[in-house]
This record gives sequence, structure tokens and C-alpha cells, in this order.
Amino acid sequence: MTDLTNLTVAQIRDGHRAGDFSAVEVAEAFSANVAGAKALNAFIVETPEHALAAAKQADADRAAGTLKPLSGVPIGMKDLFATNGVQTTAASHMLEGFVPRYESTVSQKLWDAGAGMLGKLNLDQFAMGSSNETSYFGNVISPWRRKDGGNAALAPGGSSGGSSSAIAARLCPAATGTDTGGSIRQPAAFTGISGIKPTYGRCSRWGIVAFASSLDQAGPMARDVRDCAIMLENMAGFDPKDATSLDLPVPDWEAALSSDLKGKTVGIPKEYRLEGIDPDIDAMWEAGIAMLKDAGAEVVEISLPHTKYALPAYYIIAPAEASSNLARYDGVRYGLRDLPDGAGLQDMYAATRADGFGPEVKRRIMIGTYVLSAGFYDAYYTQAQKVRTLISRDFTAAFESCDVILAPTAPSAAFGLGEKTADPLAMYLNDVFAVPASLAGLPAMSVPAALNREGLPLGLQIIGRAFDEQGVLNAGLAIEERAGFTARVEKWW
Amino acid sequence: MSNYTIKGETGDWEVVIGLEVHAQVTSNAKLFSGAATAFGAEPNTQVSLVDAAMPGMLPVPNRECIRQAVRTGMAIDAQINKWSRFDRKNYFYADLPQGYQISQLYHPLVGEGSLTIEADEKAGIPEPKRIGIERIHVEQDAGKLMHDQHPTMSYVDLNRSGVALMEIVSRPDMRSPAEAGAYVRKLRSILRYVGSCDGNMEEGSMRADVNVSVRKPGDEFGTRTETKNVNSVRFVMAVIEGEAKRQVELIERGGTVVQETRLYDPDRNETRSMRSKEDAHDYRYFPDPDLLPLELDDAFLDECRASLPELPDAKRARYLAEGISAYNAEVLTAEVEAARWFDALLEAGAKPVAAANWVTSELFGALNRLGRDISDSAGQPGAGRRTARACRRRHDFGHDRQAGVRKDARNRRRRRRDRRS
Repeated sequence: MTDLTNLTVAQIRDGHRAGDFSAVEVAEAFSANVAGAKALNAFIVETPEHALAAAKQADADRAAGTLKPLSGVPIGMKDLFATNGVQTTAASHMLEGFVPRYESTVSQKLWDAGAGMLGKLNLDQFAMGSSNETSYFGNVISPWRRKDGGNAALAPGGSSGGSSSAIAARLCPAATGTDTGGSIRQPAAFTGISGIKPTYGRCSRWGIVAFASSLDQAGPMARDVRDCAIMLENMAGFDPKDATSLDLPVPDWEAALSSDLKGKTVGIPKEYRLEGIDPDIDAMWEAGIAMLKDAGAEVVEISLPHTKYALPAYYIIAPAEASSNLARYDGVRYGLRDLPDGAGLQDMYAATRADGFGPEVKRRIMIGTYVLSAGFYDAYYTQAQKVRTLISRDFTAAFESCDVILAPTAPSAAFGLGEKTADPLAMYLNDVFAVPASLAGLPAMSVPAALNREGLPLGLQIIGRAFDEQGVLNAGLAIEERAGFTARVEKWW
Repeated sequence: MSNYTIKGETGDWEVVIGLEVHAQVTSNAKLFSGAATAFGAEPNTQVSLVDAAMPGMLPVPNRECIRQAVRTGMAIDAQINKWSRFDRKNYFYADLPQGYQISQLYHPLVGEGSLTIEADEKAGIPEPKRIGIERIHVEQDAGKLMHDQHPTMSYVDLNRSGVALMEIVSRPDMRSPAEAGAYVRKLRSILRYVGSCDGNMEEGSMRADVNVSVRKPGDEFGTRTETKNVNSVRFVMAVIEGEAKRQVELIERGGTVVQETRLYDPDRNETRSMRSKEDAHDYRYFPDPDLLPLELDDAFLDECRASLPELPDAKRARYLAEGISAYNAEVLTAEVEAARWFDALLEAGAKPVAAANWVTSELFGALNRLGRDISDSAGQPGAGRRTARACRRRHDFGHDRQAGVRKDARNRRRRRRDRRS
């Protein structure tokens, strides 16, 4: 019998519908992989009973002829989504033991579509990080290893590092991610999988622990483009509980998938050609251009002149919003409370927040507090918002001469755990290609395109016009079909 | 011009007063959540996940609260800003679950407007005076700490957390406690006419931050102090009197007034310092990224305007035109219930002057003796019509008696129909 955990979401869905296997068999196979992969530390909480219950329901629904879009598909849930009755931590000590009595809109949509939950996936604390080294519950380890014979543990990317690691290691066929400044795309690139951040507002933010409200956006991560389309269809949709939610119908992205790019124009932003960039990244980008030409697209050079200001602007706006969003973790109503003997309210705040937040979270709260404070607000926050507007205008102008933009997802392949933790700026630079699309709220995805000389996966990024997830997915599919990325990890854990 | 002055050792001092009135918006639901807002409910029974700031919760503006604030703005002839935005005011306190209050600093919903206080010779207001209103913005109320529930701990009640408030900011246009008192009363009257706030100061639906400074007539404004959360007209006037005297004495003894926030203690009738400007919070205001800018279209504004009732000034002018005395017109229009009742009486055919005399003397006198309110007993227009008939019998108003009877029969039929449906 084939290993069910090698199947994609579409294959599980279709095979289950055809009666090739039961949903219970699928859930049990993935749950066994989850249970056997503690060394990767991808999950904070495992919930095989949830996956099994959904699978039993899926099998019953098949018998009754009432199958749903994701019946029989078990998935992983990033532990930033509130799940009713299941601990939700944002990978922080602050929320350790916190069990919400509500379900996030996105996770509820997935359960309504028939999916089951294998567990809550590890992440960077409050989604702040690019290597999954800031989790209170320990680093997530990438299943990938360099082909140098060494055993160096590699970063799975971040902040959705539990999601990327689990999918690459076949612990789940798909997972949810969230992307504030690359947190879906960069980990997807690091682990040889696909992931899409849709247009800001496509997926409801209700019930997702907030990092930076104007940037946070949920999206799927999976092994291929089709699975991303299927997942996204079942995550997106207008939600009256989120005032920034897009009131638009959800297209049938899967049905409209097409890798024929005749008549389409692909823009190559010249400002993304960084000096001294890894030659493997450059070669992959060139190969990607050739693949899209082969798919029928015309390729033109475009200019996004304010690109170099994107990262500084992002690291003002995101921390500013975070400093305010995380004020609610104060020890008063839920989560950690550290109340030293004889302490007053201020002491309780100080002790709780000192103990509950990790160093990276504290760093960003301090940066955010600083840039919003009287006397600095205009110099930092106002200026950053102006830059954000200019970056949006860059994209609007560029999309007059192209339909999608092609660029690398990250400036390097996965790095070793601990290699960048001493230098926050080097860590932040990882997001240099991802952040502009986040600031502009545009749909963007990463697809695996090549292996570098160390045998590690590299990802190509496609950025599209607002609301044009279809254009992004189609260009991603064209690359996927031509890149022939079949490399997968050897199980060592 | 007000002739109110503080007599100091160095001469007369003028008092300059500005008021920030916080008025709770009459609405069944909070500003950004669906939770209820009734006064006096058991602690923490009117708290949604949003009000408690649970992880991942998001605010969604309540259209009715916005509508009430816009109608209030229209009632004070203010500029309505079709584009406004919410900002976060960040500070830590146990009664503030989000760690920030959603307010409007940079782009308020309502801009410049004004109201007019009536002349009151006895109170030292020789002629009507226009008081400028700088802005009205909407914001969330905080919860309430309870310090008497436990020997060493404080409890928090979040029922008020997230309730919609209008902050109505006057210009520093008032010059005496009497003017400030008249302003609060007039504002309260307008709010109650509009129906945007019940004006109930005892229940905290309306409270004022009182800004006071003193100067020698003709000088620049002095340094002001702000006394927070004053919850009656009498206390507002007492705060101004006390604070003005304190400032004059301080300056004349060679001291300087410091810009600070003060608290009023009604038991001792004195204010005391809460925090000075140096200790003032840095609120780190910035636009709330969970909310889109508020954009109002013409249809919405037209509906707001069309739904406004006749306001006190217009009503008073109409009564005066009917020959009703200035005193009676003022008394009849001050409270919306009395005005409505009187209008129902007129509608039923009562003669204006005689009816006004009867209502202000006999009816009000009788209600006073019984310790009752006009809304308690005979507040319904139908009941008003029956009383009108009684009036006509007693005073021989001699009007179209039949018309009133016909209308009464129509109303009875309508009531029967309503009961059936």
C-alpha cells in the first residue's frame, strides 16, 4: 500500500472520494508521523483525537453522499489561531495554558469544510521572527540538512516554521500560516514547499492573535500550488467581525488554475538585484524567468524605486502596532500573572511582562513604543507611513506594464540555527524581498524552484495585483510544472 | 458680558472656563462590540470577548453610535466630517483591557459648532451668549475598579468597558460658574431632545472635565488646570469657584499655577492635585490599524438630519411667537418630556397661553407636591389629549372639541389594532 502521508491535499480528497482509502486511515497515518517527529518540535500541542473525529465524520459523510471540500484532509493549525477548547499560545509563556472558548474565523471555516486538526504548530513567539528561534516552546528544526555530511540543525524559517517543517517532513499535507512580513513565504522557501499570502483582507483576522494588524494576513502552506488554491478557498471570505475584511466573493481558484501564460507579462524588478547576492539565488531567478517565458509570458524589466526603504519602514510600522496590540497581556484577565508579594498594579505589570515575553518580543515592543512616543512620532511613524504609500504607488505603477512580478522569496537558503540570533539586523534582512508586498497588501506566494549547491531548497516569489490571487497561483503553477522540484528530505528524526 | 470676578488683593480677576463633557451615547450596544449597555447590571455580565480584549478580538464600529454623534453634531450646528478616523490612546490601567482606548484625536467625527445659553439676569448673564464647541469625537469608556470587595485586592467590572462616549469639547468661552452651569444644562437639554444621551449625571451618563484659568481682564490666558470627572451641574460650578479662588490666592502669594490634572472631592468641596504635566502620560496616539477610516455618505447624513426633532431654541421661538411668556417658554422647553407633553396638549387643541400658564403653575405644582415627574404619570400624548379635554371643560378653551374627540377615537382604534398584531 502506498504511504498515505506522501499524498497531496487534492490526492487525499480525490482518493477518499473514490473510496481508495478511508479518512481514518489517512488521519492515523499522519498522526503516527506527528507522534514520531518530536525531534523536529513542529507541534506545541498534538490533537490526534480531533483529526480522528473529523476523519470518522468524513467517512460517514462519504457513505451518506454529503462530502465537503476538505473531507478526509487532516491539517496543522499554526498556534496563532484561537481554537475552541485547545490551548492557544502564540508560542509565548504569556499565554501558556490559555484555552480559548472561541474559534478563529479561518479555523472554523476549515472545520466547516471537513478538515481535521492534527495539532497546534509551533512558531516564532507572537509571530515575531524569521527562523522559529523565538518560540518559548523551543526551536523548530527543519527536516532538511545540508549535503555536506554534517548534522547542523537548520532553521525552517519563520514565523510559520512549525507549519513549514511539518509539511516538508510529511507530518501534515497542509497547514495554516500567517504572514506579516514574509512569515508564510520565507519558511515555505526554506523548506521546499508552497505558500501564499493572499490580498490583505481576504482572510478574516478574527481570532488570530494579533502581531501587526495592518499587515497580518492568514494563508495556506502546502506541498504544491493546487493544494494552496484548495486550502485558500476554504480559508478566505468576508467576515463582518473584522472591519478590514474584504467584502468580495471567493473565486474558485482551483478550477481556474492554468499554467498557460500567453498574453501575460511578467515584471522583473531591477531594485531586487542586490549586490553581492548569493549566485545560486541569482541563477534560480534567471531560470524562473526562462520558465515563465516558456509558459508563454512576456518578460519586462520594471522599477520599484522605493524598495530600499521598505525594510526600515516595516520595522517601524510592525513594532509600533505590536507595542499597542500586545498591551492587553497584562496579567489582569487571562494568561500569565506574576504577582510578587505585596506588589501593586505596576509591579504586577512589570513582573508579568518581564517574565511572559521573550527577548525578541520585548525588543519589538520597545522599538514600537519608542517610535510612537511624543517627539519621535513624526520622524519615525509618520515618515514610515509615507514610505508605505510610496511603495504601494510603486506597485500600482509597475502593474501598468506587467501582470505579475517575479523575484526571489529570500536572499539565501535556510541558515543554521543560532547563526543569526546574535545579530537582529542580519535576521531582519531575511525579509527584504518579502516585506514590500506586505506593506502594499498584495497577494504573493513562494514556490520551490531549485536546490542550491548545498542541496537546500530555494523559493521563487510571485507578487500579483490586489485581489488577483489567480494570476499569482497560475504563474506559480507554471514554475512548479517546469522546475521539476521533486527533491524531498531523507527521514533522520 | 459676565460681570463675575474674583476680588483679589491686587484687583479683579477674570475666570476663563472650558468644559470637556463626556456623554454616554444612548444605544443598546457598545461602540465596537455587540454587548449590552444597561446601567446597574451585575458586574461583568455585559462583557463581550471584544470588551475583555481576549487575544485575536477585533472592534467593529456600531453604526447607531456614530449616527447619534452625527445627529448631536447637527443639533449644535457643527461641521460634520464625512471622513474621520479612530486613533488608539495607549496607557496601562486595570480598567482598560486593551491597554488602549479607541478614540479620535487627529480626525474627529464632528468639527466646529456652538450653542447659545439664555440670558439670566439673576445669575449674572445679562444677555444670551454663544459658547463655541470645538469638536465632538466618539470614544470607548473604560471599566470600573472596585476597591471594597477584598481586603488587599481590587476587583474590576468591565460592564462599562467599550461603551460609546461622545466627548464634547467647548471653547474657553465661559467666564463664570453660572455660565458654565447654564452651558451644561443647555447641552444636556439638547442631548435629551436629540435622544443621543439620557443626560443622567447621577448614573454617570454625563460628566465633565473642567478647565479653569484666571487672568487680569485683557491679559493673555493664564495656565489652566483640569479637574476630571465632575458629575453634576452644582459640582461643576463649585469646582470653578473653588479652583479660581485657589489660583488667584496662589498667584497673589507669589506662586505660579502649574498645568495639572486635579480631582474634586465633593465631601470636602475642594480639588486636589492628581498629576502634573511632567508626570503626564505619553499616550502614543496612532491610527487604529484594526479600523478603516469612517466615511459617511450623503444618504446617511440626510437621514440623520431628517430624524432630528424640533430643538429647544426653535421650540422656544415658536412658543414666544404664540404669545407665551419668556419665562414659561424657558420652563416648558428646558426638559424634553415637558416640551413633548405640552406640544401634545397644543396638538389636542389647547390654547397656548392659557395652557402654558396651567402647565407651569398648576400641573407642575401638583406633580411637585406628589413628588412625581411628568414622564411618570401623564406622559403619553393620548393621556395629554384627555387632559386637554379636562382643561377645556374647566377653563372653557372653547376650541374645536369634536376634533379632539374624533382623534381620540382614532387612537383607540389604532391601539386595539396594535394589540391584535
